[in-house]
Amino acid sequence: MDEYTVEIKRTDVDGKTRMQTFKVPKDKVSTVLETLLYIKGYLDQTLTFRYSCGMEICGSCGMEINGKPHMACSFVLDNFKGDKILIEPLKHFKILRDLAVDIDPFFDKYKAVKPYVIRNDDGNYQKELLQTPKQFDEYIDYSMCIKCGLCMAACPIEGSDENYLGPAPLTAAWRFIADNRDQGKKMRLEIVSGAEGASRCHFAGECTEVCPKGVNPSFAIQKLRSSMIGLEFQKLFGGK
Amino acid sequence: MDTIKEDVIILGGGMAGLRAAVAAAEYDSKITIGLVSKLYPLRSHSVAAEGGTSAVLNAKDSFDLHAYDTIKGSDYLGDQDAIEEFVRLVPEQIYTTDHWGCPWSRNEDGTIAQRDFGALSFPRAVFAADKTGFHVMQTLYSRALMYPNIHFYNEYFATKLVVENNLFNAITTINIKTGDFVVFQGKSIVFAAGGAGRLYQFSTNAHFVTGDGDGIAYRAGIPLKDMEFMQFHPTGLVPSGILITEAARAEGGILLNNEKKRFMSTYAPNKLEKASRDVVSRAIMWEIEAGRGIKGEYGDMEYVYLDLTGISNLLDERLPMITEIAKKFNGIDAHTEPIPIHPAAHYTMGGIDSNVKTTTLYPNVFAVGENACVSIHGANRLGSNSTNECLALGNVAGKVAAEWAKSHDFASVSISSVNDEEKRIWEDLLKRNGGENVAKIRDDLRINLDKNVGVFRTEDLLQQGLKNIKSYQERYNRITIEDKSSKFNMELQWALELGFMLDLAEIINVGAIMRKESRGAHYRRDFPDRDDKNFMKHTIASYSVNGPQISYKPVVKTKWEPTVRSY
Repeated sequence: MDEYTVEIKRTDVDGKTRMQTFKVPKDKVSTVLETLLYIKGYLDQTLTFRYSCGMEICGSCGMEINGKPHMACSFVLDNFKGDKILIEPLKHFKILRDLAVDIDPFFDKYKAVKPYVIRNDDGNYQKELLQTPKQFDEYIDYSMCIKCGLCMAACPIEGSDENYLGPAPLTAAWRFIADNRDQGKKMRLEIVSGAEGASRCHFAGECTEVCPKGVNPSFAIQKLRSSMIGLEFQKLFGGK
Repeated sequence: MDTIKEDVIILGGGMAGLRAAVAAAEYDSKITIGLVSKLYPLRSHSVAAEGGTSAVLNAKDSFDLHAYDTIKGSDYLGDQDAIEEFVRLVPEQIYTTDHWGCPWSRNEDGTIAQRDFGALSFPRAVFAADKTGFHVMQTLYSRALMYPNIHFYNEYFATKLVVENNLFNAITTINIKTGDFVVFQGKSIVFAAGGAGRLYQFSTNAHFVTGDGDGIAYRAGIPLKDMEFMQFHPTGLVPSGILITEAARAEGGILLNNEKKRFMSTYAPNKLEKASRDVVSRAIMWEIEAGRGIKGEYGDMEYVYLDLTGISNLLDERLPMITEIAKKFNGIDAHTEPIPIHPAAHYTMGGIDSNVKTTTLYPNVFAVGENACVSIHGANRLGSNSTNECLALGNVAGKVAAEWAKSHDFASVSISSVNDEEKRIWEDLLKRNGGENVAKIRDDLRINLDKNVGVFRTEDLLQQGLKNIKSYQERYNRITIEDKSSKFNMELQWALELGFMLDLAEIINVGAIMRKESRGAHYRRDFPDRDDKNFMKHTIASYSVNGPQISYKPVVKTKWEPTVRSY
């Protein structure tokens, strides 16, 4: 077969859905993103999806490909044995049009964990804050999150509770707590200790499995949980 | 039509725009800032910057040395006063972003590490592995979330700068999600909308780097400067064009031809693979022309090899992303196999005619980052000299825009100009019905620029390129936008972008025809030498209904006399 058969779940602006199938010549495309761009350019100009960098670093093009959350840009068709591709919007997000979903609630959750370094001496930038390679290693893997939302689509808790903070925001909370330059640990632990925080996680591990950047949200949430216990002890027994 | 009022409007949510937004927000918490971008900020192309950002942090380095490297790199087209001021602004920005959480790579003692880069005389590139842009962007975006006076307007596509009496009063946009026509009224505006690298087909740039910021400013009467200088990065991954950082060569990676021989000694005997980008890109193209390229697995494009096997021990720590990219996109293990590369359009040295204070022709319009032409980079930007510009001058732009907003009132919106724009989009563009396909014209345009306005230029190629661009402009009048939906109409956005791209392509092409010399990234086979007597000057392109009007402006020289440039 010299063509891919691409089946796409379309949702129009009034919310009506349908499946639509396209035939795409294999020699014109090498990734799912290129396939979508080819379809939009030459077969159906109304097809709507998000994309930007094409190199899996901007987080735009998350979608369900053959039933699993993937980045369209790094889904390389040569590595994929088959001629049929099924493309649907990311689960657990409201659909705006076709494959474009509403990511605002996701970014709101991200913001809610205070994902920035908090310091008492903010504003004094004359020199770097020392950070040994060992201290650096404590958080660097968790800083690789591209905010694509794949983990949110894979997380079973997200599917049943839209208010759950979710894997990526909780990972961001841990990323800053684990950074020796940050002094906002207590504030952030209070946030993730809430009813919609880290305690909701069942450790299904789906988030870690789908993360395109090798971040391990599941482990970050475990780290948060142990720190939360530490905080509870402090509250009960005082001390530092 | 909705109108939204913000004291300072920032167009673009990439590194320059975010830095400007934070600077403005810090300047005065009572000033409101509207960050207007066609993307969510973290989707901006700045996240793709890889290898590093130059800053003088070491006592053995000096501002003069950083300035000299930049000036030599610019092939003496950079303004030396601006460069001298710029290099002094950078170190503070490195420390500032460190305090804000940027994971700069470290030395054993906990201080910020630096690495070598192309055409540097001291290893001054600060880096966050090979994800420098990504990490700085995460840092700035997160920092921006701390300020309640920064308001994000994500996925608003800007179409026109509204100007009256030489003052900006509003910018028109389409809210992409709703399709609504939204007018942002502001006291001052910062253009930080990036470059135009997607005018070319083989490009390292994100798909949306279409030069809208340049196009909008140009049509509003603000001149563009030095647009014929498009940087081709030597190492675009074949066939995707994904950037393989210059740090790969700075760390010891080598270039090989089809005989598996290193060839850079022929072209840059001292710096070899670490010569400036224009020099290395030409060397690769000459090798390919001489029949020493490799043709094979990746369609028609011939390429050479970037061999990292000699530094395989460094890849996982210092170059993890490009190692992962080679594996994911090409199935190549960079530890043991060479990577296919070809020069790719990468950076727009030209842009809005601006300066180190970020001011432009209109006193309440500022420009920064790749959208601006200061000129720091002249005819060829040094690797590691773009993200530092976004930080240092983004900070300047935010402050001056806030200063203006604090001491001025809103000017009333020029309603007739706004109405004209609404008509242009909905009555003209969307109702054209000539059957021409937007994507087809865009693809033709890109292929044309690759072929006729690329690494090597001649009078014949450039004249053919211009003739083709005129034909695409004519076809553009006959487009049909098939998508009639108001909500999330990306085809309409493509069409608007294409309009700007056609303007810019013409400007680049005309400027290249008139510059009858070779300097930096602009290489004319028919005029292979630099001609300081006639062309040590900036090209200025001003809008007219008949196409760009070209004039020139002197280069500012302080203490570095132009000499023969070799690496």
